[in-house]
Amino acid sequence: MNPLLLVAFVLVAAGATVVVFTREPSRQAVTLGVYGILLTLLFVLLQAPDVALSQVAVGSAVVPLMVLLAVRKVRGGKR
Amino acid sequence: MNLLPYLVAGWLLLIGCFGVVRSRDLIHTVVCVAIAQSGTYVLLLGIGFQRGASAPVQGAPGAVVDPVVQALTLTDIVVSATVTALLLALVIQISKRAGTVDPDELDELRG
Amino acid sequence: MSRRARWVVFWLGGLGVAVLFVLAVLRLPEFGGLVHPYRDLSVPAAMGRSSPNVVSSINFDQRALDTLGEETILLGSVVGAAALLRPSKDEKEQLAKEEGRVLEATKLLGYLLLPVTLILGADVVTHGHLTPGGGFQGGVVLATGLHLLYVAGSYRMLRRLRPVSWYEMAEAAGAGAFVVLGFVGLFLAGSFLANVLPWGTLGDLFSSGSVFALNVAVGAEVTSGVVVLLARFLAQALSVREVK
Repeated sequence: MNPLLLVAFVLVAAGATVVVFTREPSRQAVTLGVYGILLTLLFVLLQAPDVALSQVAVGSAVVPLMVLLAVRKVRGGKR
Repeated sequence: MNLLPYLVAGWLLLIGCFGVVRSRDLIHTVVCVAIAQSGTYVLLLGIGFQRGASAPVQGAPGAVVDPVVQALTLTDIVVSATVTALLLALVIQISKRAGTVDPDELDELRG
Repeated sequence: MSRRARWVVFWLGGLGVAVLFVLAVLRLPEFGGLVHPYRDLSVPAAMGRSSPNVVSSINFDQRALDTLGEETILLGSVVGAAALLRPSKDEKEQLAKEEGRVLEATKLLGYLLLPVTLILGADVVTHGHLTPGGGFQGGVVLATGLHLLYVAGSYRMLRRLRPVSWYEMAEAAGAGAFVVLGFVGLFLAGSFLANVLPWGTLGDLFSSGSVFALNVAVGAEVTSGVVVLLARFLAQALSVREVK
């Protein structure tokens, strides 16, 4: 297998593990964004530009932003 | 080594489920569900890949990778984002009503 | 369920899934192999219908009915989330008097990037049948681009430029247009979502028949869906307060 692909697969698996083990949801929004970019890289290497395009917008911008806003709302309500 | 892509996909599913069980915060739970789902993207694209082939857009020389699995993954990603939004909206409602998003505390409230 | 019981169920279930998964994977075709029967069928079909981007051809022509299903899930989730996030009876929208301070450079970058992103998004939607892109990706890019205004620090301006009710209507119109195009195919060509428009010349903007129209419909729906979602989340996090 192409060594670049090998690295990308290992990084994606490691990235997911880091996201799951990040306890604090506000920090998790950051690690989730990084994981989204790692997935995008993998998709580019797998010759899937269409999928990479949708992953970069959704996975590294929209979803982490929604997670952050949800955290802000939930924490704000506790005070 | 050729099994690695499929094993990574399985790992994403299981680690996501592990996170759901371990979670002490419903927002964390929703993110873990999203991770588990990303296993499907890796599995689909892994099956459609062909060594040395190029992206399925015309003008590319030689063979192309399988575009059908890419079409499936593409819609999967956008739909999963909106479903994640729905789950987060539910979490916000739960926190408004119960004042907590810890699944164990929620259990006690009900019991 | 107690925490302990949850872990027991997880380890039993997880172990079972892992074993079955590995057994299944051992019999999958080799990664990177040469056998791709779906590819061999779908690529010539896409070329015959003048859509060089095979992925778009599959989404909006060869498997358009499946996309209608996906799109309906999208519509349902957006409507559900928007309903859940609507301010309830004992809540009111209040804008903070002071907006947070933002670096001038960040503001400038936000304002400069805004038109670029909007043009890029529109380009991605309309050329979806020619180059990588399409309604789904372009829609997300457009919606994200609009929210650069928030990064630029102007939540008030964002609210003025983004009348949420318009986007709610645009979303319904996008979903409706998809179904209408489906019925047009049913009446003119005898099957739901059949490609009825002329296929045109391979590589032209107005080619590949209905794929172009369906791309624009989905683009409108995804853009407005994501805008509505982000608007509701922003409102909940920034301006909706409980009034006692």
